[in-house]
Amino acid sequence: MSATTSITKAGGHSSVTRLLMRNHIWVFLALTVVVFSASSPYFLTVNNLGNVLTQAAFIGILAIGMTMVMIDGEIDLSVGAILALASALAIGLQDHIGIWPAVFVGLLSGAALGFLNGTLVALSGMHSFIVTLGGLIGIRGLVFIYTGEDALMVSDFSYTDYPEIYLGPVSLTAMIFIALALFFQWVLSSTRHGRETYAIGDNIDAAHDAGINIKRHKIINFTLCGALAAVAGILLSMRLGTAEPNAGKVWELWTIIAVVLGGTRLQGGYGSMWMTIGGVLTLAVLRNGLRLLNTPNYVELMVMGTVLVLALLIDKLLSRQEA
Amino acid sequence: MANPILTLSGITKTFPGVVALDKVSFDVRPGEVHALVGENGAGKSTLMKVLAGLYHPDAGEIIYQGQPVQIDNPLAAREKGILLIHQELSLSPELSVAENIYLGAWPTNALGVLNKRKLRRDAQAALDAMGCSFGPDDRVGTLSVAMQQMVEIARSQAFSANVVIFDEPTASLTDTEKDQLFTTIRGLQAQGVGIVYISHKMDEIFELTDRITVLRDGQVQGTVTTRETDATAVTRMMIGRTLEAYFHKADSSFGDEVLRVDGLSLKGQFEDVSFSVRQGEVLGFYGLVGAGRSEVVETLFGIRKADRGTLQWHGEEIPLPSPRQAIDLGMALVPESRKEQGLVLMMGGMENTTLPHLASYARNTVMDRGKERATFDEYKDALSIKTTGPEQAVATLSGGNQQKFVLAKWLCAGPKLIILDEPTRGIDVGSKSAIHTLIANLAERGLAVIVISSEMPEVLGVSHRVLAMAEGRLVGEFEGEAMTEENLIDAVSHHLARPAAE
Amino acid sequence: MQTEVKAFLRRHGLLAGFGLFLISVALSADAFLTPGNIFDVLRQVSITGVMAVGVTFVVITGRLDLSVGSLLTLLTVIVVDQHNTSGPAMAILITLAAGIGVGMFNGVLVGLVGLNALIVTLAMLSFLQGLVLFYSGGSNVNVQNAQTTWFAVFGRHDLLGVPVPALIFLVTAVIAAFVLNRTVFGRQVFAVGGNETASRFSGIASRWTVFWAYALSGLTTAIAAVIMGSRVMGAQNTIGQGYELTVLAGVILGGTSLLGGSGSIWRTVLGITMLGFIQNGLLLLGFPYYIQWLVTWAVIILAVWIDLGAKRGRILA
Repeated sequence: MSATTSITKAGGHSSVTRLLMRNHIWVFLALTVVVFSASSPYFLTVNNLGNVLTQAAFIGILAIGMTMVMIDGEIDLSVGAILALASALAIGLQDHIGIWPAVFVGLLSGAALGFLNGTLVALSGMHSFIVTLGGLIGIRGLVFIYTGEDALMVSDFSYTDYPEIYLGPVSLTAMIFIALALFFQWVLSSTRHGRETYAIGDNIDAAHDAGINIKRHKIINFTLCGALAAVAGILLSMRLGTAEPNAGKVWELWTIIAVVLGGTRLQGGYGSMWMTIGGVLTLAVLRNGLRLLNTPNYVELMVMGTVLVLALLIDKLLSRQEA
Repeated sequence: MANPILTLSGITKTFPGVVALDKVSFDVRPGEVHALVGENGAGKSTLMKVLAGLYHPDAGEIIYQGQPVQIDNPLAAREKGILLIHQELSLSPELSVAENIYLGAWPTNALGVLNKRKLRRDAQAALDAMGCSFGPDDRVGTLSVAMQQMVEIARSQAFSANVVIFDEPTASLTDTEKDQLFTTIRGLQAQGVGIVYISHKMDEIFELTDRITVLRDGQVQGTVTTRETDATAVTRMMIGRTLEAYFHKADSSFGDEVLRVDGLSLKGQFEDVSFSVRQGEVLGFYGLVGAGRSEVVETLFGIRKADRGTLQWHGEEIPLPSPRQAIDLGMALVPESRKEQGLVLMMGGMENTTLPHLASYARNTVMDRGKERATFDEYKDALSIKTTGPEQAVATLSGGNQQKFVLAKWLCAGPKLIILDEPTRGIDVGSKSAIHTLIANLAERGLAVIVISSEMPEVLGVSHRVLAMAEGRLVGEFEGEAMTEENLIDAVSHHLARPAAE
Repeated sequence: MQTEVKAFLRRHGLLAGFGLFLISVALSADAFLTPGNIFDVLRQVSITGVMAVGVTFVVITGRLDLSVGSLLTLLTVIVVDQHNTSGPAMAILITLAAGIGVGMFNGVLVGLVGLNALIVTLAMLSFLQGLVLFYSGGSNVNVQNAQTTWFAVFGRHDLLGVPVPALIFLVTAVIAAFVLNRTVFGRQVFAVGGNETASRFSGIASRWTVFWAYALSGLTTAIAAVIMGSRVMGAQNTIGQGYELTVLAGVILGGTSLLGGSGSIWRTVLGITMLGFIQNGLLLLGFPYYIQWLVTWAVIILAVWIDLGAKRGRILA
């Protein structure tokens, strides 16, 4: 066939600029690290950075699942409640069935509730915001039914030793977070399921016409999101040795904040685990750094709010430039 | 003559209240380009969706490669080798070129891991066969519209398509890009692919196609060999009556100048546009989609902000208005897209009608429902709108009745200038001629009227004076004897033929 | 006949289901449908109810407001604190002004600048929580002359046997329904939520419509804070936590679409009141309070699903 030659590419930015624009959160993260290193001698130490990573892990693991769901163009508000349920089951059941079976049941509960969320979204055609808002309220009810109003305590303290496994300054919890994030980045970039996530969030009609099973796909992502929330819940119960019925309350909001701060878009079709790790670490560094500087609690909350709005503004400006 | 690769016979498809396709028969031979033409609403897009497996016919038979087949969904169509190139491209901007070409059919191992090497290699082969300059790893969102279209067409190579259906493929292409598309289509033709080419544009059809099938009101009016016919004959088949009877030109005397525009410019859209329009005059704007016509009137109306230019309203210079100010001056804009720009679909006809003039239907900011109802009743009768009542959501009305509500909402405040952007797009022939008559009546009542259309007979039929636009510039003005198809085509194509910077 | 029943259920199914619930609880708990209990429920729902009335405007424009819970906390702290320092009248004025001010700030970011409503109001949720701690210094505030102040009227008193907060809820709802259904602004709210582009082509300044909807949401939250402050005669730093979700649940339960363009005040009132009666009924039946959350979950899913299914003519998507 004859040549089609003179059509040129749109957009004039070099690939490096584009990479930075897509991952601008890392630039911001680097800036915050520099600022805190300059203002506090305790910040840039191996131990403190290890702590930051551990502190980031819980929201971080929730954020991994949220990213999958959000690239699909959906949202999951129930992750905080699922986290609490999994943590309660893992601690509450271990006296009866042993630690690892209890952990397994906790995981299973998260996956099952995620599956329920996904199935309701797929079958009913309701917006996931509504379905999982219902879940947020109702699953917290399940937690209270199981725990009553008091926290559950572990009796076998070997359970709380697992998070104390360290590789250098990096805790097991942090390692699990990083491993999961890398694994799901690989899923997003290299597997059929991951690429379909973008296809669906980007142009659902095109995905449908190409024969992608959208309902099944979304159910899988909600199930993953639920299961990951359960992982976070179990790690939290190991770290604390207790399971509070109110654990994880409003964490779904912090998770959404972290993911959006990273650059993943609520509208779907755009985002990555790299962005999400950047967003999660930025939140954790801000929190840690402000505490090291002994700023009162309220400054932290106000800075978070401000940073989030700034991130939105920057994203708006950048996407206008890229277009 | 080769046997047809795809034959439709007696295809019927009905929707509640409408027969969209009435015993349609149609065939495509290998290596031919077969044009499918017809007015909006004639059934072209329904037929296309039947071929692509999006609709299932109520009756009739599809014979493909000699066998009767059933096309269940777009995927099944693609697997059989029937490919539809959508007008609105069916691509995911975040994915790579290769991933888009093979969307839904990616090579994976048993665990669902993509075989990126094979994907890239296969995609590269398809791109090479088309002579594309971009690579399989480029993100589709960074490509131009023309290149994105090439990505879709590359699916024909990837899936060894035997039939490729193009739906208005040149709608958003520049002239150079169009030539390249035609080269690509001729390449497919040379491979023995049968091509269905849906278009409004007579020049393209006569340049490219071998046969023409005309649809009107869901029925095939006839299939003719392109070499043996001409544009007038095909147009007659499309509209079913002669041009003279079809249009009604206002018999009005011109009064004072209502609007004068000088040097209006908006970067990247249009440049240095100047014109004026008088009371009682119908001023036509002719140009292809993308020429900047809609952008000019949207700027006049304040939807877009101009970079430069001045406006005179009844002889007095005024600042460029906001939409609110434009409406209050007495401007009305019937926008190009009825559903997106014209109506709030879930609202009733009455609320849509009064929407631009809420303040004049309110006393102390409280809505006067009696007054709203009176206006609704008046325009329901005057425009013979078929609706069950003021509350019926306009989403549930036919295109023609929806358009009448758009007209009602702009006429009810008694404007001095009315701008109609593609006022007859996507509506049936009956409503179309009612709208042409209305345009004439408005001018005869002394309104200044601006009509934008990419249908040349329409623009020539209703206007007293026509401005031609191409690539954001006014390229000609024609009045009286000089208002001919030849002159308009000359003006537009002369401009486009100038060597463009590459 | 059968189709008429179907049509009735489609339009008023929510109401019918609610009626069934009321009757069945009343059969097993005698105290349920007594005036005293009904007024108790209305007193309880008045705070979320007043807030939901304002949020309904925002939701009809196709936006969200998640900041109202934190805003309720902040404004309750302000009204109680100012009551002690500036007197009740001044305290109320300051609270209303602050509420409208925060609403306008949301309105600037979402309406005028065009940022995503969910994220902006989420950011505001965090920011306002910080502001609460900054303002209160982390400690609880209490009204000093709780027994004597006329400020008690709003949360604690009855008028003609009806609790004043319930009356405030009613009056707010009636005014809001009038504004939404009968005024130019109300029509603009529906138009912007239904089709923002078409609204702009009709000369409506859609950005400002959104701006004013947020201002209204701030105003109703301020009214709710006055009721809250008066009822509790004090404020903790977490007093409004989670209210944004209860409010949203009530609005959604009422059938107002999150996509914008449709909804009504009386349905929001119904949604919020239903949540109140469900909560109260379950408590009277002897269930622990957290059972209501499970029931709320089920009710939201069922109500929205049935509503959606009726609109599209099929239950499954």
